[in-house]
Amino acid sequence: MFAYIIKRLLYAVPIALAVTLVAFLLVHIAPGDALNAIAPADAPAETIAALKAAYGLDRPLPVQYGLWLGRALQGDLGASIATGRSVTSEVMAAVGNTLSLAGVAAIIGVLAGCVLGGIAGYRHGGWVDRIATFISVIGVSVPHYWLGLVLTIVFSITLGWLPAMGAGPEGGWFLDGAHLPYIVLPALTMAVVPMGILTRTVRAVVVDILAQDFVQALRAKGLGNRRIFRHVAKNAAPTVLAVAGLQLGYLMGGSILIETVFAWPGTGFLLNTAIFQRDLPLLQGTLLVLCLFFVLLNLLVDIAQPFIDPRMRRT
Amino acid sequence: MSLALDAGSAPATLPAQRSRGYWSRVLRRLSRDPVTLACAAILLLILLAAVFAPLIAPADPFKGSMIKRLQPIGAEGFLLGTDELGRDMLTRLIYGGRQSLLMGVLPVVLAFGIGTTIGVIAGYVGGRVNMVIMRTLDVFYAFPSVLLAVAISGALGAGLNNCLLALTLVFVPQVTRVAESVTTQVRQLDYIEAARMSGAGPWMIVREQVLGNVLGPVFVYSTGLISVCMILASGLSFLGLGVKPPEPEWGLMLNTLRPAIFQNPLVAALPGAMIFITSICFNLLADGIRSAMDIRS
Repeated sequence: MFAYIIKRLLYAVPIALAVTLVAFLLVHIAPGDALNAIAPADAPAETIAALKAAYGLDRPLPVQYGLWLGRALQGDLGASIATGRSVTSEVMAAVGNTLSLAGVAAIIGVLAGCVLGGIAGYRHGGWVDRIATFISVIGVSVPHYWLGLVLTIVFSITLGWLPAMGAGPEGGWFLDGAHLPYIVLPALTMAVVPMGILTRTVRAVVVDILAQDFVQALRAKGLGNRRIFRHVAKNAAPTVLAVAGLQLGYLMGGSILIETVFAWPGTGFLLNTAIFQRDLPLLQGTLLVLCLFFVLLNLLVDIAQPFIDPRMRRT
Repeated sequence: MSLALDAGSAPATLPAQRSRGYWSRVLRRLSRDPVTLACAAILLLILLAAVFAPLIAPADPFKGSMIKRLQPIGAEGFLLGTDELGRDMLTRLIYGGRQSLLMGVLPVVLAFGIGTTIGVIAGYVGGRVNMVIMRTLDVFYAFPSVLLAVAISGALGAGLNNCLLALTLVFVPQVTRVAESVTTQVRQLDYIEAARMSGAGPWMIVREQVLGNVLGPVFVYSTGLISVCMILASGLSFLGLGVKPPEPEWGLMLNTLRPAIFQNPLVAALPGAMIFITSICFNLLADGIRSAMDIRS
């Protein structure tokens, strides 16, 4: 088991490095000049040259990458071209907000998915199963940015129950009474996709487990439904964890759409700003942090597997 | 291939009536599935409407009227109202299907072709080639798909072609992974060994023995991606990274109508409803095809 964990840890290093390279290169394949955001088109050549030198854009790409990576490892992602502020501090503030939103959404989505999928699996083939399956299909088919708009129309504009935009006073989101209403609509909207995916997964796993001989044996032994459920849950846990764990990463990476709809001050909002202002350091930094987070999450999910799946411990 | 299968794995328990081909059985099962048929019909309707848009649309998709902005649904002369520039919504929704369907289906088709090719090569050749290809793809797996699509089209700039490229790049690794794992499994089966011993070269084995078993699962997997691709494509347009205005496209229409949710929420929600209907139909259709192609059930 330890060999497995170490192997997995070592394997994450080249992946993380490659991710930094892709995040760096993606931004540099961009057509147009990196300095468009601050330098007017008719700026004198020496001004542009001076700016290029100031941002290190005059050096060859591999050197730029090396310098950027070296500084990134020390927590310095450079300065935003548009605002001049430190990218690290901007990204970190935004990551907190996105993590809160994605975290709440993942909890809602995974819980709802487990309950729906579990019930559907137990009532396999019945009308409850059909309803749950239909809900899950809706969950994975609905364009969530549109659902966000519809929820805003219903609960903010028509009923006036919940705020439609932002994360509450002071721009950031904290768990307190003043900020709580702000997260309800974006989190519910965001939770729909993991809910649908988890419902499908859990249903399939539960149906699969219930059809196995050992469940029959447990029943024959005279175990009650509750005790049998414990066995089912234990057997379903590894698959469910693997799927659920990654959902948080997908939500964080995909939050740009929801954050745009609800003007949520997170990483998606930052990405949006960075893309449309062609703010390369900000774009690189945000991409890098989000992707490294996803790599880390993948790693954690894999490392957690042998702890909840005894079969993996033996290998 | 069918010869090898019949001789090798069809045991005596299967009587001679197994003369009906696999595909005709799949089609027969599909034809008995009302949900799948209904979804296919709706999609066909949307597709035909998009293709023949100039013939059936009641108005010009680009011609607006400043005094007739944001007319409600059912307004005189505008069955589904008008948008923020006074253009007929019904017309734009019909025309919008062109780009939205194109962006939803084409990247998956391209990814199906490219991913299957790479995956079969990686799976069949195996060894070091497999390792290089699959480890490279792992890097793309380290990006959540929405983020990858946004990053690529954000870097390349808005526009239909960049958007198609970004979406294709998002789905190629996923399709490749499925194709590779199926090919690796198939390659180890006895009949491949038999074909090799009878003198067939690699190209012939891949074409005659491997592809037949790989295309099915990869096809089923790819059909399931279309709905994801639709949502993602329209999402890119919604962000301003896809189709450029004034082109009619559902995601972009949803974006430009956003400020109108206060005045005319129903009209503003229409383009999203179209994305939703199309994507749910693609999803249910994919489910139907999957269960029809699954012989075990």
